[in-house]
Amino acid sequence: MTKQEKHQLQLAACEIRKGIIDATHAAKSGHPGGSLGATEIFTALYFKEMNIDPQNPKMEDRDRFVLSKGHCAPGLYSTLANRGFFAVEDLLTLRHIGSHLQGHPNMQLTPGVDMSTGSLGQGVSAAAGMALGAKTTGKTNRVYTLLGDGEIEEGQCWEAFMFAAHYKLDNLCVIIDVNGLQIDGPTAKVMNAEPIDKKMAAFGFNVLRINGNSFEELEAAFASARATKGMPTCLVADTTKGRCVSFMENQAGWHGKAPNDDERLAALAELNTLQQQLEGEANG
Amino acid sequence: MAEEIKKIATRESYGAALVELGHQHDNLVVLDADLAEATKTLLFAKQFPARFFDCGIAEGNMMSVAAGLSTCGLVPFASTFAMFAAGRAFEQVRNSIGYPQLNVKIGATHGGISVGEDGASHQCNEDFALMRSIPGMTVICPADDVEARAAVKAAYAHQGPVYLRFGRLALPVFHKQEGYQFTIGKGETLQDGTDLTIIATGLMAYEALKASEALAAEGISARVINMPTIKPLDTELVLKAAEETGRILTAEEHSVIGGLGEAVCATLAENTPVPVLRVGINDEWGHSGPAAQLLKDFGLSAENLVVKAKELLKK
Repeated sequence: MTKQEKHQLQLAACEIRKGIIDATHAAKSGHPGGSLGATEIFTALYFKEMNIDPQNPKMEDRDRFVLSKGHCAPGLYSTLANRGFFAVEDLLTLRHIGSHLQGHPNMQLTPGVDMSTGSLGQGVSAAAGMALGAKTTGKTNRVYTLLGDGEIEEGQCWEAFMFAAHYKLDNLCVIIDVNGLQIDGPTAKVMNAEPIDKKMAAFGFNVLRINGNSFEELEAAFASARATKGMPTCLVADTTKGRCVSFMENQAGWHGKAPNDDERLAALAELNTLQQQLEGEANG
Repeated sequence: MAEEIKKIATRESYGAALVELGHQHDNLVVLDADLAEATKTLLFAKQFPARFFDCGIAEGNMMSVAAGLSTCGLVPFASTFAMFAAGRAFEQVRNSIGYPQLNVKIGATHGGISVGEDGASHQCNEDFALMRSIPGMTVICPADDVEARAAVKAAYAHQGPVYLRFGRLALPVFHKQEGYQFTIGKGETLQDGTDLTIIATGLMAYEALKASEALAAEGISARVINMPTIKPLDTELVLKAAEETGRILTAEEHSVIGGLGEAVCATLAENTPVPVLRVGINDEWGHSGPAAQLLKDFGLSAENLVVKAKELLKK
């Protein structure tokens, strides 16, 4: 990854984060914490890794993305909007009557959304179905899916993991966003799923444990996934929930709570400062 | 009515129809959850191994996988027992298949109490209720082999989710193959009549025919409507029967709660209220035993329909 490439991704991530703040603020509900934590993952996928066309969201041979942790819809929506699938202004209609931006992703309504999700554990199965479908129909596209570390408490995830390994879905890349927090508190206290990497290896995955907020590590991991044949890949991606908004970072309370007017301004101020720093670095 | 009538279980029809469709359509794929021999998808698996996916004993995953497959232009038939298709995997069917309106067909075998010896844990008498409640879901329960094979083909041709309920028990094949047409959402008048109408689905259709014959011998003219599509219900045919015969008896191998009987009642209550009786499983658990005995004991028989018809005529 060139310095310039990384810089572009960082700036895109800043815009996406601002969109998350604005969307959840306008909705007065929604899930900013996990969305902010997964922003580098969204950005890396949609601005670099995936073969997609915002002008042709249903392009037949496109790579697919399934947001299995569907509650992070604000993150996906802001990414799609900033990538050009629809107008950034639409983000302010999140969760409103008549909006194509439902509380959880709806593939029938939103351009670029490949699967309706929200009920945890189901998206990863659908992604496995898409990967199997690609193989069955002789396509070479890849399928990515993002799960939460809380989500994998759902038994269906493990059914899907067994299935993906059994059918040698090497075109499937499962990303588990490990931010360590869920609604009732730290995942380690609520229902400890660690060691996730060892479990995924035992389930037959090519496993990479990475910093999910690092573009360099994400790029290398996606390359490893693409190069791995005969087994699916799992990126166990450690992230910081609420990242880049200091008062939201590592706070379970920001899982499903929208910022109020003051909090929005404070968050945007931090993100604008970050953006100026990045722009300064590039110019300097 | 013929004395010796051929009997075939509708799950056999399902397996045979899948093979036939498999030859015609490359995009048809079949999934099962470790029950391929019982659901008869094994017939398809043997002929088209590359298009058959055993999901193991994981029905929830199977339904969501089927959803994913359908987004690739494939037409998946996801198969397991009704208990696990409509029951265990209800939420996957609702959220992964129903909500995104995906083109997935659910082939649910071993529906109803005629599962027999396996007992109440496997006797799914709630699947119509569960599946009917999902917006956009088509629910079909064929009455015999001819209807079942035609229903599978109609389900393939239909764009959108379809729940097909088949049985374990061999059933009399009373439809003639020649010239037979199946249309989703259309009921079929098997016997005309003027005193009352029996509206039946699945294995109760043939029982209704037998009941009509017995009633005729006593001078009672019972119309018989076979209603393979539970949803969308052929309300036109139901209302016409109510207007013309004034009394409706429903018959289904399903709980009286939430199935054909309630669907018919809702239509009648809102349009043409007439006296109704419902024959079905009366909000109670089944138990182990031979299917024929269970059907008799739970009132799912021509004999009980005769009794209920007479009761209805007194209302």
